[in-house]
Amino acid sequence: MAIRTYIQAITDALDVEMALDDSVFILGEDVGKRGGVFSATAGLIEKYGEERVLDTPLSESAIVGVAIGASMAGLKPVAEIQFADFIFPAYNQIVSEAARIRYRSNNDWNCPVTIRAPYGGGVHGALYHSQSVEALFYHVPGLKIVTPSTPYEAKGLLIAAIRDPDPVLFLEHKKCYRLVKGEVPDDDYTLPIGKANVKREGDDITVFTYGLMTHYCLEAADVLAKDGISVHLVDLVSIRPMDQQAIVEAAERTGKVLIVHEDNKFGGVGAEISAIIAEECLFSLDAPIRRLCGPEIPAMPFSPPLEKYYLLSASKIAESMRELARY
Amino acid sequence: MPMDEPKGCEDVSEVKMPQLGETVVEGTVGRWLKQIGDPVEKYEALCEVVTDKVNAEIPSDFKGVLTEILVAEGTTVPVGTPICVIQEAAVSSETQAAKQDSPRFSPAVLQLLQKYRLDPALIEGTGINGRITRKDVMDYVEAASKITAVSSTLSENAGGAPAEAAETATGARSGTVQSNGVIPDTTLSVDANQQYPVHSDTVIAVSPVRRTIAKRMLESKQQVPHAWMMVEVDVTALARFRDKAKEEFQRKEGVPLTYLPFFIKAIVESIKEFPILNSSWAEDTIIIKNDINVSIAVAAGDALYVPVIHKADRQSIAGLAHSISELAFKARNGRLTPAEVQGGTFTINNTGAFGSIQSVPIINTPQAAILTVESIVRRPVVIESDAIAIRSIVNLCLSLDHRVLDGLVCGRFMAAVKGRLETMGTQEVNVY
Repeated sequence: MAIRTYIQAITDALDVEMALDDSVFILGEDVGKRGGVFSATAGLIEKYGEERVLDTPLSESAIVGVAIGASMAGLKPVAEIQFADFIFPAYNQIVSEAARIRYRSNNDWNCPVTIRAPYGGGVHGALYHSQSVEALFYHVPGLKIVTPSTPYEAKGLLIAAIRDPDPVLFLEHKKCYRLVKGEVPDDDYTLPIGKANVKREGDDITVFTYGLMTHYCLEAADVLAKDGISVHLVDLVSIRPMDQQAIVEAAERTGKVLIVHEDNKFGGVGAEISAIIAEECLFSLDAPIRRLCGPEIPAMPFSPPLEKYYLLSASKIAESMRELARY
Repeated sequence: MPMDEPKGCEDVSEVKMPQLGETVVEGTVGRWLKQIGDPVEKYEALCEVVTDKVNAEIPSDFKGVLTEILVAEGTTVPVGTPICVIQEAAVSSETQAAKQDSPRFSPAVLQLLQKYRLDPALIEGTGINGRITRKDVMDYVEAASKITAVSSTLSENAGGAPAEAAETATGARSGTVQSNGVIPDTTLSVDANQQYPVHSDTVIAVSPVRRTIAKRMLESKQQVPHAWMMVEVDVTALARFRDKAKEEFQRKEGVPLTYLPFFIKAIVESIKEFPILNSSWAEDTIIIKNDINVSIAVAAGDALYVPVIHKADRQSIAGLAHSISELAFKARNGRLTPAEVQGGTFTINNTGAFGSIQSVPIINTPQAAILTVESIVRRPVVIESDAIAIRSIVNLCLSLDHRVLDGLVCGRFMAAVKGRLETMGTQEVNVY
């Protein structure tokens, strides 16, 4: 198996699936000749031609709208939103059309569209290049949302998303693109959407997270391990469907739960996780559920010290873990 | 990865050597203005510090009590070095309160305390402010179960051998049982006087007597198709007669005149009438016994003995009273001979002695039936003239081996017993 970066695994998945299935095509801003702003689609236009790798106008509503139409006509589009921050013009298409068409048409129509969107901060991208958008979508029934944290999962889940008969919002933390490397099989494989992943077993506290924070949490858990505190770490991988069984099992294991996400706390993914735990296993809890999240301010600051303050880090996470372990 | 020192929950705080000027890297403690034990207000001067640039007083960052001086007067230390420790007043009193007055338990801890029936006062909390964590409870339970396991092993080792020896020596079948298996509580409390004695199960070694009972009961219940019936008998006249006769009987005979000999008499006479009740299933044949040897159940300690009144049909009521008394005495004192517990052909069990009014006895194989005499109860009943009267009523229950016996013959048998008992005492009964 080759060692690939996260972004290479994305490209690899697109390549593999386009080679296997003629109905798969890519559309988005600069995805063609420029190979994508993060070069996720680099080399694909050369290989598959401009009919299957479409450079679009700067109109997210059009990108997603066209993708939805094409998918309902039998194609399997992979729409790229250059930055998740720009997805809002397409919100109506995603929520009102893609997520609801199967229900609205009484199962006559479905919408096998995949929407890729790089999200998250830590790249000095400031307000319009750093947002986390998962909480704005995960409320919506009919929409699947995945955010893999490793190259292996990125490839397997992207192929699964393309093959899925319903719309999948595929969120890629942009800081993972080149930071995270790992072994990735060359062939096509899929991973199940809706399954969480226990990254590390432990008995003192349980931590739920996803995306880039998975790596920070692993780092923090390593530090705590040296002090004899063992962390049970769950990477959600899928935000919707959310793996409730895995959440309850992991919460019951230690009774002390910390939820970590970069997105701000209020109404975030952590709110749903803690509600699930409160509903399903209150009597296993040994401490109030904690959430360590981004602050309640409108966006990621541009100033480097403020960006650093805004963002979670392994040491901030370790401190929070330690407090919970001590409780 | 740079990691901060764990902070947060301490109620003691360190005061550090401040940086007095941009280029200053160290400072010398001049004079302590506060001594250990002194109360300190926030921003109140703690000590004088001398640097190569300035002389200054160091204010306290916290309100509390100075508990430790870490740097002696005249000593030079780098900037950032802790110089003293302040016990923060407000926090510490809060901590005390939280720990002593209002212990709060998490749902998980509450559930575990209930599950294992633990007293939280005996569990040491390692959480913040001495909070008992789920782990604390689990650790406690594990430790306690280890102690229990050890002590039960000890008591088995210690108690097992002598008990066996005593049994072999005396040939006693009871009495050793109780000393044998019960976990002595003292072992627990001696081993761990801080540990709360968990309500663990009591393990009792199975005595030879108990094992025999278990084996025979199991065999009977598994191999014999039990059927059951009950009749209600009015023994008002008998009760009156017995009340009248018992004192003189006791005086003359030296044994009490209980109801049991009357019942045995009535039953034995009825067996004479229906001899099939006194029989055994022998696979190819049914053996009707010639002698009527009545087994009577005697409880002694935790064991059950079934001595036999041989040839009960040849005994008078007084004779039966003597036999019962003697056998019961021997059973309770472990003096029954093998001959006295063998050869029974029909069992009568006086369950009324325990206050029972109905029971479903297990047949004492290879006998074909067992009859229980339940409590005699004074009850309002409808009598012949459609009047309601208070009568002494007793239930007789019969379990029968349905391979040998049927409802019809047993019903007739029970009716015969009932008839005999109900006429007893209507005229003078000859107990001899």
